[in-house]
Amino acid sequence: MPITLTVNGKQHTVLAADDTPLLYVLRNELELNGPKFGCGLGQCGACTVHLGDVAIRSCSIPVSVVDQPITTIEGLGTADNPHPVQAAFIAEQAAQCGYCINGMVMTSAALLKQNPKPNEAEIRTALDGNLCRCGTHMRILRAVRRAAGMTA
Amino acid sequence: MKTSRREFLQSGGALIVSFSLPLEILGQTTQLNPKYEELDAWLAVGADGMVTAYCGKVELGTGIRTAFGQLVADELDVPFDRITVLMGDTDLCPDQGATVGSNSMYRGGPQVRQAAAEARQTLLAMASTRFATPVETLSVKNGIISDANGRSVTYAELIGNRQFNRKLDQKVQIKAAEKLGVIGKSIPRVELPGKVFGSHAYVHNLRLPGILHGRVVRPPTPGAMLASVDESSVQNLPGNVRVLQKGGFVGVVADREEQAIRAANALKVTWKSGRTLPPMKDLPAAVRAVPAEDKAIYSSGEIDSGFSAARTTITAQYFVPYQMHASIGPSCAVADIGKDSGTLWSPTQSSFLTRNSIAAMLDMPADKLRLIWTEGSGCYGQNGADDCTADAALMSQLAGKPVRVQWMRHDEHGNEPKGMAMAMTVKGGLNENGDVIAWDYQVWSPPHSSRPSGDGGGNTLAGTQIGKPMRIVPVGADRNARCTYTFPNNRTTLHQSRESAALRASALRGLGSPQNTFANESFMDELAAQAKADPIAFRIKHLKDERAIAVLQEVARLSKWDARPSPQHARSVTGRGAGFCHYDNYATYVAVVVRVSIDIKTGKLRIPYVAVAHDCGLIVNPDGTRNQIEGNVIQAISRALLEEVQFDSRGVTSLDWNGYPIIRFQDVPEEIAISLINRPAEIMTGAGEATTSPIAAAIANAIFDATGKRIRSTPFSPQRLKAVLV
Repeated sequence: MPITLTVNGKQHTVLAADDTPLLYVLRNELELNGPKFGCGLGQCGACTVHLGDVAIRSCSIPVSVVDQPITTIEGLGTADNPHPVQAAFIAEQAAQCGYCINGMVMTSAALLKQNPKPNEAEIRTALDGNLCRCGTHMRILRAVRRAAGMTA
Repeated sequence: MKTSRREFLQSGGALIVSFSLPLEILGQTTQLNPKYEELDAWLAVGADGMVTAYCGKVELGTGIRTAFGQLVADELDVPFDRITVLMGDTDLCPDQGATVGSNSMYRGGPQVRQAAAEARQTLLAMASTRFATPVETLSVKNGIISDANGRSVTYAELIGNRQFNRKLDQKVQIKAAEKLGVIGKSIPRVELPGKVFGSHAYVHNLRLPGILHGRVVRPPTPGAMLASVDESSVQNLPGNVRVLQKGGFVGVVADREEQAIRAANALKVTWKSGRTLPPMKDLPAAVRAVPAEDKAIYSSGEIDSGFSAARTTITAQYFVPYQMHASIGPSCAVADIGKDSGTLWSPTQSSFLTRNSIAAMLDMPADKLRLIWTEGSGCYGQNGADDCTADAALMSQLAGKPVRVQWMRHDEHGNEPKGMAMAMTVKGGLNENGDVIAWDYQVWSPPHSSRPSGDGGGNTLAGTQIGKPMRIVPVGADRNARCTYTFPNNRTTLHQSRESAALRASALRGLGSPQNTFANESFMDELAAQAKADPIAFRIKHLKDERAIAVLQEVARLSKWDARPSPQHARSVTGRGAGFCHYDNYATYVAVVVRVSIDIKTGKLRIPYVAVAHDCGLIVNPDGTRNQIEGNVIQAISRALLEEVQFDSRGVTSLDWNGYPIIRFQDVPEEIAISLINRPAEIMTGAGEATTSPIAAAIANAIFDATGKRIRSTPFSPQRLKAVLV
């Protein structure tokens, strides 16, 4: 069945079974490789994208129920025009292997849109469902604080 | 897919972007293949002045792509941003051994650095000839050589797109410490922006024309044999599903990824019962009961007379269970295997040895198979990467088409080789002055590496399943079994068992070092308490190595350590503990202090503060080093507090993140304070693993400091803590 989606401001029509997780459509049809497959279970956050303004797990939502525009990390900002969260992650060197970083950036960007001045507990709560195995947490926290203007 | 070095150079390096690779050395010194004795094997200068460094080591998320670039930039006197580091392609790069053991900077760095220094010297000699002036009168800056008369020539003009045609002679001196300019700077990671914008080329992103998506179907039980495959169970599914079977290997391919996943889930496979695993509660006993060969790791004095002379003798047993690498991205690889040759895209740590092992599995000469290393999810040792590469290779051979295989979460959790469960017993004797005069250390463990290593094709799951022979490399169990302290009578023994007591295991960050250090550093604290001595002063009293003493003194200063014996006078909900490790007895020195707070009612532990003093010799990139140290601290806290692979008699039952929790943001420390001790005149010894080792003991020591109770098995779960605290 053809399914129409708006992703990063552009409309796409894709051919996929109704129950295909959004993640596979983004990666394999639209070649948007920013969102990652981590668990397919909504447990780790590597696949996070924005549905409207809300961070969601694209591995666990069927493409056919997507009813709002999708933003992926590719649509959040670019090297020439980075989103403040992306700029902050680079400034803090907040990555190691980087596999989880898509989810960290997208979750943080959604948090700051909803709550521009979160306190430490609110940042940690927002990111608690995003797993990082390299142990880059301290830098990610610093990056979110920086993006929120909480540190110089 | 073959690209000659010359074609590669002429392409201006455009191919570079995502493809590089590593090797596997397993702690042995690399003997360079004769072809790698050529300078051209390591370095090329383009007509545009851009420099390509070829490395056998690979980027596993630790930052060595950047650090290697710094080595080359400094030794060659070329701006850092003109260096491209090409990693881990078996056709293009030198074999530097596997990217393992925190030894990329230690073993791989000097090779790259030496090549750059010799290239600079060669270019100086060329300029000397051109200007008919002695080399001593020339100076170099930014890839431009100038003489005293104002003449200058660029590297590109001298050698651009041409070969050096010179053998490395290892005689050229590398720069003296005081002349280093790029080495020692916190240069931002070159690949990090791509990771933040979603554009970084992971192997997971690779698509080839006509590629099929593959998934594997594996037995739940180790060693289970294939009984039957019911192909009719998937015949009505969409996507041109094909079942691929050879020996005991079963996989499916389909046109689309979600179709392959559905087919793998639907395929009815019957397995004959495999090995019955011991009950988890009996694992510590089972680890000690596997038949073993006793190996003397270290001996000084005479152990029996040492204990005879002791006023106080204590003994303790420690245990660490199986743990996971637990990569966030499940392993992925792409293979395009033809009749006579093929190409693999793999996130392996060991491009050459994995290539060789898979070639043996495919019955193909190794030189007909090219492995192009491509970055994957962080691995921290041998996760599923090599197995998944073998899966892709076998399925591509069977399908006759390029195949991309990505493991599912349950594949990675269930089938990645686990970090080894280990049991340790330590007996110590103190004299009347509170000095340790006898130390008897025993550890029970099989070797830690089953990774592809010049075996007959069976050191991967697929290779084993089609009946190829495997070979275990006997490394890892004794890592840091011998402690750094000097005791007059010390006997350190490894009971090296032949096989893992329950689960398939291989190298996990630090191999046996975190387990051995947990026992050694916990027991030093037990002896310090027995001697009523301050734990850090007690350690220093038994050390002779000045660098070891220096990190302990520095971490005491950094953490504002209150020198006194543990435990505290009054039972407390907070405590502090120390730990130390001289990694692998030759490499990096690290000392840590951990502060804990304990909820006595629930047994829940919090770690608000960790301090680390770290001496890895010459520091190439201070911020990169800090990033590695922070990562080690957090991962090691996770391993100490939470991590234990669950299994039943049939196999692993921790098959997702609920079944194998790792640390989350709410539980990471408020502060990790780090003091880097830079020793520019010392060799580089790396930061990838050392800090993991002392963390678990430091936490246990802090728990003891707070409560007077000793916890000797990981993980320090609320249940276990509550049981100890009552």
